[in-house]
Amino acid sequence: MRATFKGLLALAALPMIAGSMFAGPAFAAPNPDYARAKAAGTIGELPDGYVAIVGSGDSMLERVVSDINKQRRELYTATAMEKKATVQQMAFVTGCNTIANTKPGEKYQSPDGTWRTRDASAPVRDTRCP
Amino acid sequence: MTRPLTLSNTWVRAGLKRLARLGEDNRRLAVLLLLPLLTSACVTISAPDKPIVINLNINIKQEVVYRLDGDAKALIEQNKDIF
Repeated sequence: MRATFKGLLALAALPMIAGSMFAGPAFAAPNPDYARAKAAGTIGELPDGYVAIVGSGDSMLERVVSDINKQRRELYTATAMEKKATVQQMAFVTGCNTIANTKPGEKYQSPDGTWRTRDASAPVRDTRCP
Repeated sequence: MTRPLTLSNTWVRAGLKRLARLGEDNRRLAVLLLLPLLTSACVTISAPDKPIVINLNINIKQEVVYRLDGDAKALIEQNKDIF
């Protein structure tokens, strides 16, 4: 029973994997605007594994944020399926790491929803982060 | 030491008059219903002293966090452009 379920799952996953292979370039060219905005602190890391504009942004920043988040969601979805976790769970654990990885001067959001600037001390993260 | 109950409040007085007009059973019932109001007139609400932390509404067990942590690290390492 369990084996058949696994088989069905694999069958269901096949077209998705095949689809992702032919759906254009999976890894787009590095976005220089994103790198700049990240360093400038106009785009920051969220605890849920995605990025957002810090404060008031413009249409350029909005484009960058939605582009980065779209690519991240694709990665989370693929990995979550492989690891039998939910996309949200995969995104959350990655978010723990991206916030931990922020460099001094970069922005991240703490669990209470306030934007913070990373300094030399450890960032304020969700209590469930490893 | 008991002091006579002074009722300056007309609202309370009107209520007592109405109470007097009620039948014996109804009066008992009314007194029973009003008793908690009289005994616990003061309700204190204290604000939490800790900062309010809004956790992400996500269902994840610690065991899952640790299981996915290595995959998350690999994901970031392999896709530095978007992380």
